[in-house]
Amino acid sequence: MVAESQIGRKDGEQRWGAWLRVPALADPKTRAYILRNWSLYAMLAPTLILLAIFAYYPMYGVVMAFQNYNPGLGFVRSPWVGLANFERLFASPAFPRVIGNTLIIAVSKLVTGQIVAIALALLFNEIRHVPFKRTMQNLLYMPHFLSWVVLAGILMDILSPMGLAGKVQQALGMEPIIFLGSNFWFRPVLVVTNLWKEAGWSMIIYLAALLAIDPDLYEAAAIDGADRFQRIRYVAIPGIMTTIILLACLNLGDVLQAGFEQVFNLYNPTVYETGDIIDTYVYRMGLVQAQFGVAAAAGLFKSAIGFVLIVISYRLADRYAGYRIF
Amino acid sequence: MVREKDWRNTLFDVFNHVFILGLGLLALAPLINLLAISLSNSAAAMGGYVTFWPVNFTFENYLSIVKSPAIYRAFLISVERTVLGTAISLFLTIITAYPLSKSAREFKGRNIFMWLLVFTLLFEGGLIPYFMVIRSLGLLNTIWALIVPGVSAWSVILLMNFFREVPRELEEAALLDGASHWQTLWRIYVPLSVPAIATLALFAAVWHWNAWFDGMIFMTDNANYPLQTYLRTVVIDLNSTTIQMDVTKVDALSQRALRAAMIFVATVPIMLIYPFLQRYFVTGIKLGAVKG
Repeated sequence: MVAESQIGRKDGEQRWGAWLRVPALADPKTRAYILRNWSLYAMLAPTLILLAIFAYYPMYGVVMAFQNYNPGLGFVRSPWVGLANFERLFASPAFPRVIGNTLIIAVSKLVTGQIVAIALALLFNEIRHVPFKRTMQNLLYMPHFLSWVVLAGILMDILSPMGLAGKVQQALGMEPIIFLGSNFWFRPVLVVTNLWKEAGWSMIIYLAALLAIDPDLYEAAAIDGADRFQRIRYVAIPGIMTTIILLACLNLGDVLQAGFEQVFNLYNPTVYETGDIIDTYVYRMGLVQAQFGVAAAAGLFKSAIGFVLIVISYRLADRYAGYRIF
Repeated sequence: MVREKDWRNTLFDVFNHVFILGLGLLALAPLINLLAISLSNSAAAMGGYVTFWPVNFTFENYLSIVKSPAIYRAFLISVERTVLGTAISLFLTIITAYPLSKSAREFKGRNIFMWLLVFTLLFEGGLIPYFMVIRSLGLLNTIWALIVPGVSAWSVILLMNFFREVPRELEEAALLDGASHWQTLWRIYVPLSVPAIATLALFAAVWHWNAWFDGMIFMTDNANYPLQTYLRTVVIDLNSTTIQMDVTKVDALSQRALRAAMIFVATVPIMLIYPFLQRYFVTGIKLGAVKG
């Protein structure tokens, strides 16, 4: 051991010496360049350290999924149990349920969200009265900036018997429906409230694409005798096709993102059957029931599949829409 | 733009305006309803007599909030995390985006660092390992648990792309005049990127204000809850028995009007900065609002 480390140091000294003797360093311009550029590394250092601690160390922490994790022993010294956590996870009746719920909820939200956003953008694009358009846009964007705690609080009040929905039902002479306690209604509630919060905001990207369409194209279509609907069909929609394809590709990366914050603030044990998703399951298993290994295994399962999906989605977005994140 | 004067066109316009007006009102209605309930007395609210106008108008709900030390404390914690968190994340984003905006030729190792950053967008350790890291670092019940890791890869990428639009000549001239990278960044890049930085600041502030889950898991003592987390215990987690009961909280559990007032108080700061936010929506899109 001692000998090895001495050799190591000697090698190091040699490398260091060689580096100092690099002829280019004698050149004052190069030396000035290096003197100026060390600061680039210094600027990155704080972020790299934070990433190491708060992103990469937790990534290493996925080893918990293969351990009988003991908080006192940590990631490094907890005993290994092989695939036992995964076996327990896959054997649990909750597992197929949360996978199914996650996929169904995420896909219904993504599909409805995008279709409504596109339709809204096309309708907004036909409005010429700018103050009206802007006011309505700002009204529809607003829920995006409110937290799910606030929105769920408002929703629970609306859906209560003395709330707005209760009053409407009363006026119509209907039996009051317990939306948040019904396995039939829970998913539709998630889809609709997701539209309430995000549809307006998602429209922004399509509006921007619509604004980028050359007005001459509309003009030319009109001269050729295209009416309003034909211009939407043959000019506006093809004009935003790249954007539509791009978002469709990127959305593929999100099919396991059913929306923890939304579900967690709206669900309760009655609707676990239709509303419990991977993220809420991980939370309850890990932080409520202290089944760290099983929870970490479920989390790793999601992260790993999510990783593959995101990589595929970026590949597709690059190929079909020329999209690069950097 | 093309203008036609036939009846189908007019009909479409009328329908379209009415439809969109309806949607706008639909988006606004819950908030008006909430405000009306919060300004009504509790009997009227509990009786379900309030729709869009307060019944038996009163400020009593807001007065009991102002008088509650628990809410006041939670509000201050939220302000603290928002100010501190936004400032730190903005500073880190700026000093990270600058070196990464250089080409790999100018800044050796740039691509490796870039991948280290981007990889955090593709894969994550997940909730449980992250919680264990925060706990083992002794950050539970400290404001730092709510502020770290402080830098979002998306913000860095957005600002980096913005920095790349800065004309090269400006930087070369500055460097020739003997300016350091540090000076170039703060005297040339930052002043030219004010719209991008303002956008990131506003969005970071909204994010911090709205965050509640980190408060819920990292604060084991609910005296350390930020406002949104506290609000959750009152308006959603009605059955929570582990929480020390504040008088206002006990009232709120049973009083609809008080609950409405609390929700409204938590949204006021967002409404206050909303006019500023609006101005930066366009910058947001330009920066690539694809990923909110």
